[in-house]
Amino acid sequence: MITFILQRILQSILVMLTVALIAFGLFRYVGDPINNMVGQDTTIEERVELRERLGLNDAFLVQFGRFAANAAKGEFGYSYQHRRPVSDLIAERLPATLELSLISAILALVVGIPMGVYTAIRRNGALSHTFMTLSLIGISLPTFLIGILLILFFGVILRWLPTFGRGDVVEIGWWTTGFLTSSGLKSLIMPAITLALFQMTLIMRLVRAEMLEVLRTDFVKFGRARGLPDRYVHFVTALKNTLVPVITITGLQLGSIIAFAIITESVFQWPGMGLLFIQAIGEVDIPVMAAYLVLIAFFFVVINLIVDVLYYVVDPRLRVDRADSGGH
Amino acid sequence: MAETEATPPTSSSPGWLARALDSDIWYSFCRSPLTIASAVLTLLFFLGAAFAPLIAPFNPFDLASIDIMDASLPPFWQDGGDGRFWLGTDDQGRDMWSTIIFGARVSLFVGFASVIFSIIMGVGLGLISGYVGGRLDALIMRIADIQLSFPAILIALLIDGVARSVLPRAMHEELAFYVLIFAIGISGWVQYARTVRGSTLVEKNKEYVQAARVIGIGPTVILLRHILPNVMGPVLVIATIHLAIAIITEATLSFLGVGVPPTTPSLGTLIRVGNDFLFSGEWWITIFPGIALVLLVLAINLLGDWLRDALNPKLR
Repeated sequence: MITFILQRILQSILVMLTVALIAFGLFRYVGDPINNMVGQDTTIEERVELRERLGLNDAFLVQFGRFAANAAKGEFGYSYQHRRPVSDLIAERLPATLELSLISAILALVVGIPMGVYTAIRRNGALSHTFMTLSLIGISLPTFLIGILLILFFGVILRWLPTFGRGDVVEIGWWTTGFLTSSGLKSLIMPAITLALFQMTLIMRLVRAEMLEVLRTDFVKFGRARGLPDRYVHFVTALKNTLVPVITITGLQLGSIIAFAIITESVFQWPGMGLLFIQAIGEVDIPVMAAYLVLIAFFFVVINLIVDVLYYVVDPRLRVDRADSGGH
Repeated sequence: MAETEATPPTSSSPGWLARALDSDIWYSFCRSPLTIASAVLTLLFFLGAAFAPLIAPFNPFDLASIDIMDASLPPFWQDGGDGRFWLGTDDQGRDMWSTIIFGARVSLFVGFASVIFSIIMGVGLGLISGYVGGRLDALIMRIADIQLSFPAILIALLIDGVARSVLPRAMHEELAFYVLIFAIGISGWVQYARTVRGSTLVEKNKEYVQAARVIGIGPTVILLRHILPNVMGPVLVIATIHLAIAIITEATLSFLGVGVPPTTPSLGTLIRVGNDFLFSGEWWITIFPGIALVLLVLAINLLGDWLRDALNPKLR
């Protein structure tokens, strides 16, 4: 158990170092950092002096070490485009992305699980077929197209909902929230649905598949034989046993939601990190790209680590398997 | 396994044809109207892509044939529509129907090329990983594990972003297609590698492989001539579904403005361009390419679903 966790932590650190190395390589060797920082009229002497002062003449390992140490403290230098510290930009954008991702994840779970249970119980019902067909269409519809269709119907034709931005936000310390104003909540509806739809179909299909497996097992049959009401058998006996994989997959999907937020934010001009990153790619704003890269990798590594450990704790069968196959 | 491609078998050998028509797969194909419909639709898209210059009524890239006076015409059934442009025109007076045909061509080309790239990389690494084993296997599979925990779109986006910043702007425009194919291709190799590694582990202990080894055939030949044909079945299923994913990924990247160069728009680029006109009421510039994209992806997905079930002996 301990070795497994240590192994996973070691692997996570390795991944983070690799990502940091890529980010550093981008930052240091793509174009000349000095040229990107100073104006046209800076003299050569000043450039040489700045180069020395920033430590760009130091050995590679020294520079990388400094980059990694700064990154660990959340410092990524100045954005070429915005002329402001990258950490400020990210801190400004982080609440928008996290609020959107959180609401989408909840939406996907709250709608996806009941739909999955229903389609498993009424396998051949008309509504189940409708759900399954819809889910196939949901998988075939690219995220950005869902967003565009929502904008067309609810924004342009019906004019019910705002089509871009976050609406009015309230500041709580450094955190800005859109939950407390009506325009903020209204603005959240369409982006959250757009972002949630793909995960929703995924969760629904997963719950359905797991339920179908569990419903065939003996303990469900015995539950029925004992005369427990159907509702109890379905939602307590069976559902409880399907939730382990659902929780782990959902955990892993949390990372995907943050990544897919790039697309949703781009469609709705939602002022989050994803939009910042896409703009940074377009403008070759390397410090912002590097920072986003490291931050997203960090999110993923932490989520994966937690899920892996949880899985290991929750499912005792896994421990035996792992011991057998030598840690694979 | 050409009969799975929904094209009428064209081989001249009658025995082969009869065998194909007699197979379980052909039987299950004929029994599913939805599959036949999606196969026909996919075939139409392929034909449209292959013969785009012949089918499209206009050449959207020929500046001489574009008249700015025709700009932003609605589809023919709406007021002000023009019979020549039955799906309307975009802001520069290009026929939507023609641009969609050419756009689908670009989307399919990038999708196919990326899938082939993924297959070559994934199957190759999977074969080596399974056959050689040991440290190399552990290394390749560890990399696969790590990559699998990141969404494909993010990896493609990062590779594209890195290429954008490494290459000078002019050169990037030129290489954009290759960068895109590389980015999408690399983001999808893991599934192939895992599947092929698993099958290779099984196959390499079978007698025919041992026999080949005993008579002194080299490992490269064993892998390519003996093991490869026996591990390709599942690869076909993955590839079909992967094609749909690759097309979506390409469309998404192009929609975000980091995909194909604007001079050769794909369906994703068309949707991106049309998106700007949504608010001024010209919905057809973005919705029609969108419908085309969904139909294409849906048809391929349905084919892939059917193929997976048809090739799965447990479900027969």
